[in-house]
Amino acid sequence: MTFINYAAREINCKIVYYGPGLCGKTTNLQWIYDKTNPQAKGKLISLATETDRTLFFDFLPLDLGTVRGFKTRFHLYTVPGQVFYDASRKLILKGVDGVIFVADSQEPRMEANIESLQNLEKNLKEQGYDLKTIPYALQFNKRDLPTALPADDMYRQLNFKGEPTFEAVAMNGTGVFDTLKAVAKLVLTELKKK
Amino acid sequence: MAAPDLVMYEEEYQQIKDILHRLQVDSNSKIVFLVDKNGQQIASQGDMRGVDATSLASLTAGNVAATDGLAKLIGEKEFSILFHEGERDNIHISLVAQRVILVVIFDEKSSLGLVRLRVKKASGELEKTFEQLLKKAEADRGNQANRFDSPFAEITDEDIDSLFSE
Repeated sequence: MTFINYAAREINCKIVYYGPGLCGKTTNLQWIYDKTNPQAKGKLISLATETDRTLFFDFLPLDLGTVRGFKTRFHLYTVPGQVFYDASRKLILKGVDGVIFVADSQEPRMEANIESLQNLEKNLKEQGYDLKTIPYALQFNKRDLPTALPADDMYRQLNFKGEPTFEAVAMNGTGVFDTLKAVAKLVLTELKKK
Repeated sequence: MAAPDLVMYEEEYQQIKDILHRLQVDSNSKIVFLVDKNGQQIASQGDMRGVDATSLASLTAGNVAATDGLAKLIGEKEFSILFHEGERDNIHISLVAQRVILVVIFDEKSSLGLVRLRVKKASGELEKTFEQLLKKAEADRGNQANRFDSPFAEITDEDIDSLFSE
């Protein structure tokens, strides 16, 4: 649910990073936070356990500048990836405008990727959205690891509707902004249709 | 279907700000703040210096969403009021029109009773304003002529690219 404030001339959009536990959602946000100039970003809020596992969500507000005189602000959220936090994941998807699915490229994590993707589809449906129509991008993270599956294989198994897909190493920033940009573009294009 | 986009117009925005301002004065509180359920800040009144408004908005919404989930778990429709008591400052959170969240931050200059009383009155007024706002947005959506006013109708790829230019 985009919030368009004609009075303050602002648009606010919500983008959610989804994916299995330890796939690198928070790392994506951390990189964006580190590389954005201080005027354009707010505080990175991380509701995590002592071992840095996301407990509820991470949150990063990002000011991207103006489009047609409107200040464009993106609110980036991550969900907790671990399976048993499903109730929290549903809450965070409320009012989402765009989704980025972060997949873990390591072969043993493939099953977790597929399970998480099905979980995303189901939870979106419960909130009244459809993965087929919502602005959506896919990221294959951890491409630098020796156990990474070939990107083609992953594409066959995880690409849902021909969505923009990116190879990434979130630790060093490879592909991080490309993925965000792709989804931001889709979200703004969606606004155009309304 | 998912809830439609929230659109805010100048007239209602001013009304909302007036209601919040009155509430802040009447309840003798420090900050009054309105957030939508998704964590977007709508309006605020009071001394916001030194307060990270965006984080406040998103955490409040997270808080309300989690409490909402708890309510459903035990078979309640919702918990309409949340109250957090601190050493100096307290936060009173309430739902308005099941759609927006009204946050009041106050210290010992006020009291929970007073805040609750004033919040109740302001909630009624806010509810009316939001009804009016929804009707207006609905009418706008149906009205073809107004669509051309949308600033996004002519958004181009270059516009979007330029956002990421740095």
